[in-house]
Amino acid sequence: MASAISPDNKIYRRRRMVNATMLFISGLTLLFGLFWLAWILITLLYEGFNALGPTLFTLNTPPPGSNGGLLNAIVGSLVMATMGTLIGTPIGILAGTYLAEFGRRGWLAPATRFINDILLSAPSIVIGLFIYSVYVSQVKHFSGWGGALALSLIVIPVVVRTTDDMLKLVPDSLREAAVALGAPAWKMIVFISYRAARAGIVTGILLAVARISGETAPLLFTALNNQFWSLNMNAPMANLPVVIFQFAMSPYPDWQRLAWGGAILITLAVLALNIAARMLFRR
Amino acid sequence: MNEQLQIENPKLTVHDLNFYYGKFQAIKSVSMDIPEKKVTAFIGPSGCGKSTLLRVFNRLYELYPGQRAEGEIRLDGANILDRDQDITLLRAKVGMVFQKPTPFPMSIYDNISFGVKLYENLSRGEMDERVEWALSKAALWKEVKDKLNQSGSSLSGGQQQRLCIARGIAIKPEVLLLDEPCSALDPISTSRIEELVNELKADYTVVIVTHNMQQAARVSDFTAYMYLGELIEFGATDNIFIKPKRKETEDYITGRFG
Amino acid sequence: MPPMDAVLSDPAFQNRSQAAYNKQPPPSARLPWMDAFFKNLTRFFAFFVFSILAAILISLLYHSQLTLAKFGFGFLFVDEWDPVKEEFGALVPIYGTLVSSAIAMIIGIPVSFGIALFLTELSPNWLKRPLGTAIEMLAAIPSIIYGMWGLFVFAPLFGEYVQPVLVKLLGPLPIFGPLFKGPSMGIGMLTAGIILAVMVIPFITAVMRDVFELVPAMFKESAYGLGATTWEVVWNVVLPYTKIGVVGGVMLGLGRALGETMAVTFVIGNSHRLSASLLAPGNSIASSLANEFTEAVGALHSSALIELGLILFLITTIVLALSKLLLQQLAKHEGTKS
Repeated sequence: MASAISPDNKIYRRRRMVNATMLFISGLTLLFGLFWLAWILITLLYEGFNALGPTLFTLNTPPPGSNGGLLNAIVGSLVMATMGTLIGTPIGILAGTYLAEFGRRGWLAPATRFINDILLSAPSIVIGLFIYSVYVSQVKHFSGWGGALALSLIVIPVVVRTTDDMLKLVPDSLREAAVALGAPAWKMIVFISYRAARAGIVTGILLAVARISGETAPLLFTALNNQFWSLNMNAPMANLPVVIFQFAMSPYPDWQRLAWGGAILITLAVLALNIAARMLFRR
Repeated sequence: MNEQLQIENPKLTVHDLNFYYGKFQAIKSVSMDIPEKKVTAFIGPSGCGKSTLLRVFNRLYELYPGQRAEGEIRLDGANILDRDQDITLLRAKVGMVFQKPTPFPMSIYDNISFGVKLYENLSRGEMDERVEWALSKAALWKEVKDKLNQSGSSLSGGQQQRLCIARGIAIKPEVLLLDEPCSALDPISTSRIEELVNELKADYTVVIVTHNMQQAARVSDFTAYMYLGELIEFGATDNIFIKPKRKETEDYITGRFG
Repeated sequence: MPPMDAVLSDPAFQNRSQAAYNKQPPPSARLPWMDAFFKNLTRFFAFFVFSILAAILISLLYHSQLTLAKFGFGFLFVDEWDPVKEEFGALVPIYGTLVSSAIAMIIGIPVSFGIALFLTELSPNWLKRPLGTAIEMLAAIPSIIYGMWGLFVFAPLFGEYVQPVLVKLLGPLPIFGPLFKGPSMGIGMLTAGIILAVMVIPFITAVMRDVFELVPAMFKESAYGLGATTWEVVWNVVLPYTKIGVVGGVMLGLGRALGETMAVTFVIGNSHRLSASLLAPGNSIASSLANEFTEAVGALHSSALIELGLILFLITTIVLALSKLLLQQLAKHEGTKS
């Protein structure tokens, strides 16, 4: 009766082959993914360390043919990323708080969640275009503030999403316990919910900072670039990504070398932030 | 350990079986014979190892790292725990039905034909016949014959479970393992499945795990009582329920357990 | 679980807190207006986030009205792009965006599926986390790095060693042939598509992994229990069971690919010419913007570029909204089933 079920069964032999082949291909796809990661990182380390040197951090971006560094770009990036985070984080946390704590009824929370998820993956160049339209074109000059605003619009959806997710993980029993003690809602949220979700929210902020550290597209039309040292947020501001873009696309080898130097700096920063976020969250 | 029950015509012979979840030993030195074309029931409190034992019979535990079995289980003479044993073939020979119905995300017809196609190259007509045969065996044919193209999950819980049984017998296995097949079903569906089990033993060796002692008494020819990973008593169902030899068995079946 | 504001508006609760208030009043700690203020503050910012999408749409529409009025729908179908003569049509960048993303999907979907399969079914437990993290790191690398690396490292090698082979092998084929003709320059649509594929792999893989893990163990066990192989279980049970989510993940990746700017800008070639060959340089919407916007001459040129941005935003928003709807549907489906 069960003669069909035997190792000599032709169908079974073919199936075993298909299975082995497919699983082998599955392993290959993984190697394919890792291959690119390794290739990119190795190139970056090789080219980047060639470009690293003390002058990278002490000199400003040079005109072609002369010696220089990335000081103004590094500082500009730090300033704009800091301002972008400072603007975006509170907005994101408060909006996320509404979604998780107050928004269990009504249309606003689900609709906002939906739109926020779209913003999370929206093309960042369009964000730049938007800030250009509503801010840069109104004040009529590129500026550090424009860059910071564009970056803050990228920070917001990341922080909204993580705040919402993390607050939703806080058990209701904890909230009820606080409310039962007579705590008003705002105290319950600030002192109980936020505290319980702190690690997750900070993780979200770190991921947002990591994301904006490497963003180029939204800065192209907002902060633009500045060849000189400047901390004036109302003027065009140098920043690593745009400098990398311009220098890499240039025909000058020493500019290209500086671009590699900038590339390794932002990649290391972004990877470090990502790993820090993971370690923080795992705890 | 009591002396081993002598079975005339064993389908499965378990000898000194130990099973580990990592460091935890879930089955402790179990030896027994499971008779051919009879219904053998395993009873015992949850966590006693009865479901684990079932998952050793088709080596389903191997899907999970850290789980391992030691000892010997002979199916028609060959040790299925042998490393050379082809587990895919083993699982085709030893069918299984789970606690909850698990219709695959495909039509009723395809649910049945999926397993058959794994080993047999049937013509459309032959496949139709096989599907009808399996569904009739599982007492489901009349209810679904007009909607074979509908999704398996459109059926009621009891129908889904009978579909799973039909799926299991369609590939004509030799042993059918039922892991608490009625635990998610209402009483009417349960009694239909029990009738079905009674009919299935004409062709198959059926092993059923149940937490319901009445069910074991109703459907099985032999009953094994397990506790904390050990086989406490194994014998003809009538003997186990009417005059158990061991005090522990008696306490359990009379509800004085714990 | 009662929602927070239901608890707060429950009369029993209010009485209780009123009683507590009467009993022990540390006045500084209790600011009754704070609750309303805090709730409205969060609601205000939620509404702010809610309105960003509409604000972007409106501002892009407003700033592209010149070309919207002048070219109308014809803008979408004209391949001319001449800032000097002020003739603008979006066909070339739209084509480039769609084709480079299509290439990315053709490569990215099967690879992501393979990786997700490996990580959920084949990988030993101790390797799952490091391998998963490594794949996720592909998403963490800034896109400008992909672009730079693509331009300096990948494109030259690709142009020298791979493209000539493609031209030789595939060029003479009847239907696909024209796609693989012309000089091997390294940069071009195909290069952009390949780099985009690498960039979307982590996103699609992450969604696939998540939804594969939603499949109840018992379903997979029952397929294994019939004697199915791992591949058969994944292909016949896991994939059909999760198809909605898988499509959602693919849409998410597509949304990412369509809007990706820097990586594409470096390697696509920035040529406003329509070409059948995938080896030829082209242009995408995002890279046109990155290259031309700051140097746009005249209001009409700016307006045309902003209209490109509008088109890109509309396409990605629709794709991402579909993705989100599909994933939501899977979540609901899941809720009723188990």
